[in-house]
Amino acid sequence: MANDAEIRLRDRLSKLSGLDLLRGARLSGELERLKRQIDRIEAEPTDEEIWSKVELARHEERPYTLDYVERLFDDWFELHGDRGRGDDAALVAGIGKLEGRTLALVGHQKGRDIKERSNRNFGMAYPEGYRKAMRVMEIAERHGCPLATFVDTPGAYPGVAAEQHGQGGAIARSQAAMARLKVPTVACIIGEGGSGGAVAIALADTVLMQENAIYSVISPEGCAAILWRDAGERQKAAAAFKPDAAHCLELGVIDGIVPEPVGGAHESHDEAARLLGAALADAFDGLEGVPQAELRARRRQKFRSMGVLA
Amino acid sequence: MVEASRIDVSIEHKHAPEPPPKKHPNTCPTCGSHFRDDELDAALRVCTHCDHHFPVKARKRIEQLADPGSFVEEAAELRSADPLDFFDLRSYKDRLAEAEVATGLGDALLIGSATIEEQSCELAVMDFSFMGGSMGSVTGEKFARACESAAAAGIPLVSISASGGARMQEGILALMQMPKTVCAVEELHESGCALLSVMAHPTTGGLLASFASLGDVLLAEPGALMSFAGPRVVAQTTREKLPDDFGLAESNLRFGHVDAIVRRSELRPTLARLLRLFGER
Repeated sequence: MANDAEIRLRDRLSKLSGLDLLRGARLSGELERLKRQIDRIEAEPTDEEIWSKVELARHEERPYTLDYVERLFDDWFELHGDRGRGDDAALVAGIGKLEGRTLALVGHQKGRDIKERSNRNFGMAYPEGYRKAMRVMEIAERHGCPLATFVDTPGAYPGVAAEQHGQGGAIARSQAAMARLKVPTVACIIGEGGSGGAVAIALADTVLMQENAIYSVISPEGCAAILWRDAGERQKAAAAFKPDAAHCLELGVIDGIVPEPVGGAHESHDEAARLLGAALADAFDGLEGVPQAELRARRRQKFRSMGVLA
Repeated sequence: MVEASRIDVSIEHKHAPEPPPKKHPNTCPTCGSHFRDDELDAALRVCTHCDHHFPVKARKRIEQLADPGSFVEEAAELRSADPLDFFDLRSYKDRLAEAEVATGLGDALLIGSATIEEQSCELAVMDFSFMGGSMGSVTGEKFARACESAAAAGIPLVSISASGGARMQEGILALMQMPKTVCAVEELHESGCALLSVMAHPTTGGLLASFASLGDVLLAEPGALMSFAGPRVVAQTTREKLPDDFGLAESNLRFGHVDAIVRRSELRPTLARLLRLFGER
């Protein structure tokens, strides 16, 4: 796993420690500095590791929301439509039982084959999708059932009709709806957590992220096109903004990482579902018994404190 | 090959053709009229020939809106950190330092209390000239503090947005400023105070998809772009022919996403009227 920089540093370090200590203090200071740099490099995932997460998060065989629903939920009933304009297949919603607990669920859904992919719009929701999500959040609130959300989208759909139907406002209001809920909420990033389209349904008490999922402010391609003026620099961009789960945890953006089967969730949908189901049940157990007002205040306080100031 | 030549790949290319030379900032992009600084300031930075609304910097905007001397700035000392050690073609630290020198601002948002026609309010005004008005940790923190100050004083919050969206250089933390500001608005609303949101050109991306859309009243300046995805992204993703008024305030009014389009000369009296209506708690 050692990259060039690390090899160079180690080389220098061994040369330095081999010298006799004629130059005394300055040399030992240098040794310290090099050791610190090596420690840092060892702890940091390399650019290649980060990019491999991006590829795993987008893997064609990766389980999607309904794959998990099928394996985890009993008596699942899917709800359709936003009661206004249409039904968005890129975002699914429904109610079902997870280990005996009735849950409402909202999640992005990608398609498996060409036809389904285009029908599901590659998991990129229109405002109709977010309005359906808000409708189901209301149901959860009304009947006191906890809400789970699965995030897996490259982003909200950037199209003329989506703008005309109010994409920005729908994403804002979906977050506001989650900030108002008094029932326990758990979000899990199960693949791509792309920008506003992802955060629209991720303002939850507990935010989990699968080991090989990514959560980012913009796609690596988009970032490379804007900052490097070259979409081909996507690996550099991904390495720069660090969308992997370990960094998100370190920055306090997520509360926990859900393990995946060896090699990634696509290697075994059943095993991935078992691990996710266990993590969800744990998360909801942890939120049980917290008074409603406190739950909501704590959720808002958590997001209120996000960010790093100089 | 004929097919391929129709696809525009210019932005995916390092050696993109030079953009056309920039016009002087005081030359109207719509009608070509040119103004001296003092002429433009006297006209509230609106073209006197064709009504084009030029961008307004945050301090200038406050001068235009607030009663003279009434603005008391808050949280001016906050500065961005560089949690990701972000480096694209230049380092984020350099970009920040440069933006501060160029604009004299610590971040893209100015907040503070003020009065407009003697009505008390809290102001949160964005400045597009500071890194494209992008929202990073400091921007989100200042907006949240503005909500808290307004709630504590029981007065409405007036926000003027002009932003390209989240600040990429802060990565996921920039995205998290969306839920952060949304939570702050929820708390403000629960304390019984109003949010009056004014969208100047442009209000796009993360701003539109968070606090800017959550105002009790949404106002827009004429010709302001207010779309979640910018026209270039939409055109490239969908290969659709965009309508001429794509994402503009006028189109948003037609589709029901804003309450009114307010010309700059009318903005101060309009806000004052709304402040009287929503008033002190």
